[in-house]
Amino acid sequence: MISQFRDWEENRHVYAKNWKEKTGGKVIGYFCTYVPEEILYAAGILPVRILGSHEPQDVTEPHIFGMFCPFCRDCLAQGLKGRYDYLDGVMISQSCLHIRQAYTSWVKHVPQSFSYYLPMPNNVQSKHAVPYLAAELKTFKSAVEKWIGKEITNDDLKRGIDIMNENRSLMHSLYSFKKNDSPPVSGEDTMQVAMSQQMVDKREHSPQLKKLVEELEAGAFSTVNKGTRLMILGSEDDDIPFVRMVESVGGSVVIDDHCVGTRYFWNNVNVNGGDLMESIAKRYIERPACPSKDWVERSRIPHLLNLAKEFRVKGAIVIQQKFCDPHELDIPAIIKTFNANDIKTLFLEFDVTVPLGQFKIRVEAFLEMLQEDDLF
Amino acid sequence: MAVPTYKTEQLKCWNKAKELRMDFYKNYANAHDKGGLRWAGGAWSFGAIPAGLGNDIFPITGEPYAAGIAFNKEFSLRCLEASEKKGYARDLCSYMRTYWGSIILDEYLYGGKFPKPDFMWQDHICCSHAKWYQVANELEGGGIPTHIIDVAVGPYRDVTEGRIDYILSQMHEGIEWLEKVTGREYNDDLLIEAVHNECRATSVWAEVCQLNKAVPAPLDEKSMYSLYVLGTLEKHSKSVADFYEELRDEVKYRVENQISATPHERCRLMSDTQPPWGFLNVFRYLEGFGAVSIGSLYTFGLIGVWEDKPDGSWGPRTTPKQKGIKIETRDQALRILADWNLSKPEWQHFYSPHIKSDMMIRIAKEWKLDGILLHYNRGCEGLSLGIAENRLALIDAGYPVMTFEGNMGDEREFDEAKTMGRIDSFMETLGMKEIK
Repeated sequence: MISQFRDWEENRHVYAKNWKEKTGGKVIGYFCTYVPEEILYAAGILPVRILGSHEPQDVTEPHIFGMFCPFCRDCLAQGLKGRYDYLDGVMISQSCLHIRQAYTSWVKHVPQSFSYYLPMPNNVQSKHAVPYLAAELKTFKSAVEKWIGKEITNDDLKRGIDIMNENRSLMHSLYSFKKNDSPPVSGEDTMQVAMSQQMVDKREHSPQLKKLVEELEAGAFSTVNKGTRLMILGSEDDDIPFVRMVESVGGSVVIDDHCVGTRYFWNNVNVNGGDLMESIAKRYIERPACPSKDWVERSRIPHLLNLAKEFRVKGAIVIQQKFCDPHELDIPAIIKTFNANDIKTLFLEFDVTVPLGQFKIRVEAFLEMLQEDDLF
Repeated sequence: MAVPTYKTEQLKCWNKAKELRMDFYKNYANAHDKGGLRWAGGAWSFGAIPAGLGNDIFPITGEPYAAGIAFNKEFSLRCLEASEKKGYARDLCSYMRTYWGSIILDEYLYGGKFPKPDFMWQDHICCSHAKWYQVANELEGGGIPTHIIDVAVGPYRDVTEGRIDYILSQMHEGIEWLEKVTGREYNDDLLIEAVHNECRATSVWAEVCQLNKAVPAPLDEKSMYSLYVLGTLEKHSKSVADFYEELRDEVKYRVENQISATPHERCRLMSDTQPPWGFLNVFRYLEGFGAVSIGSLYTFGLIGVWEDKPDGSWGPRTTPKQKGIKIETRDQALRILADWNLSKPEWQHFYSPHIKSDMMIRIAKEWKLDGILLHYNRGCEGLSLGIAENRLALIDAGYPVMTFEGNMGDEREFDEAKTMGRIDSFMETLGMKEIK
């Protein structure tokens, strides 16, 4: 069952090209998970998240100053190398400054027929954020309509919302198995499912995911991991080899808080007969926040603690893309709170490629430390 | 190349600028002695709004405060290390780390303990702005009322009523909040006066910078730093607006009388982003070649507000008063304040480096430049944003560009000897030899 998700993730570009050929539809690349995919699905467009390839590169050196995060440079590299040459458009929803540079350089050096900068509000704790975003979503919808030459109706929007909600709900079902004492699905496999979710038509992804959930419910999978229960939290993380390594030395990643995992799918659009754009806006305003938007109050900390308790983690690996300012501004407060709640933490700094050998030693030491708690 | 010689003289208003700056920091520290209030926030925050609480409201703006510390290398290092000991990464904004360090050490650059603010009033366009005061509040022990206005609504060329309304609604809410947390009644007349002052100060500063189109340049960038800083302290105050008018008149006089910033101007440059504050001798070193840095988009547009003039040139934005607009209501004052600030040049590149490149190329043409120095500033994520794209665009436009890496507020990341070596090479490519 997982092999299909792995195949999608590993062959993401082949999938998107085939999708275009099969449907004749447009594909849009997006740079941040605050992009309202509901509207794109309503328009019949396939949204694919632009991610890096974890290969050393130098093509972005003339475009992005080296003090910005490796993830944004890796993403831009994909565009400059022509790996997303099938895209019809690109867009970003305003979040951190780092990924914004990948978008602005892409727009200039990898020309598209459509590009859009959605000024997603940063003050998500303000009561004015929802009406403002709802108005911006209407403007965005008009821009998409102009581009595709077709009106997006309310029925289309409802369909877009349903497609997204169904997929998110299924992801919740998948994650719920990870609360088991012996989770029947590994952190690596979960990450494959989560990543493919961001690059595959959700109308194909959801049925496959539903099958997986049904098989898990039926107990078709034997227990795959009895390792020490861990949480991974922090910056963007699509580093599958890292998770594989952690689980190979006795860890079991049962929950995460990053934008390739739960932050992407955690909440649904609630349609209660009101304005659809306002409902979509509310979903994005109320989702678990990216640290760049988590002010004045620190809403992330109680959310993270809840996740840690609900999934009964023994320790947390706090990862940070090198130079990622928003996370650097949250990490000291998170580590302090976790430690005060008897959840030990291991901090690791990520780059385009990670030193797996060195990290393995540190993860092993961390796991030994956590296991000592059981002995004494 | 023949070496020209120009008359030079010190600015007459120089000492007044220094006094105003020192008064600002003393007023903040001593605010409680006079029954007044202290607030902390960024240099870009809407300071005109708290001004409506009374004439005894004194701010401290974080960036210039930290820049001042950067000049004091011993204290700067202690501040930076204090933040690092608390777990904050070395690559974060160096102003922010320095400011936090001053709180952690409980030392004020101008003597005594760090004066705790009564409230925090900030705006947010860079990833660090809001988080700066979130952490500062925690370091102060928490509980300091904080209001932050999100101004990241896209570039001014795409501004809409809806985008201004988003800012406006946060401003209105902020006034109600100020009344609640201070227990004071809000005075709209004081707000209106502050808005007029801010428009006047920031427009006149742009006029001062515009005068630097003259050859020889009446001001050099190193001197401009000591002048523009007043706008980063209290751009909404009458004293700053009045001072800039006095400065403008003196700079006009210098232009009319060919009084130059440097004795041998024969090469005109501009820089970009904040300089490494502990190493302003870089600019004096340039003078040895007959090169003058006439400013930068940073010195012109961080505080200065500009517009396109009928002749196609870039000049100071016409103020509401100059347009004959009478501000009569709170809403009108706030709307003008929001619109005015959204047009600030240094806010535009947050959405696209290409907008900034166009402005830089425009400066290069109108200010008749021979080359550009780009400071790849590791200390400021916000103003280094897109700087590599700016370099490419300036080169495409035919301007020689020299880059140097450093940090505005962390001297551990600036290599002085290497930078001077780069300047030597750059000057050679421009055909400049050191003047004996």
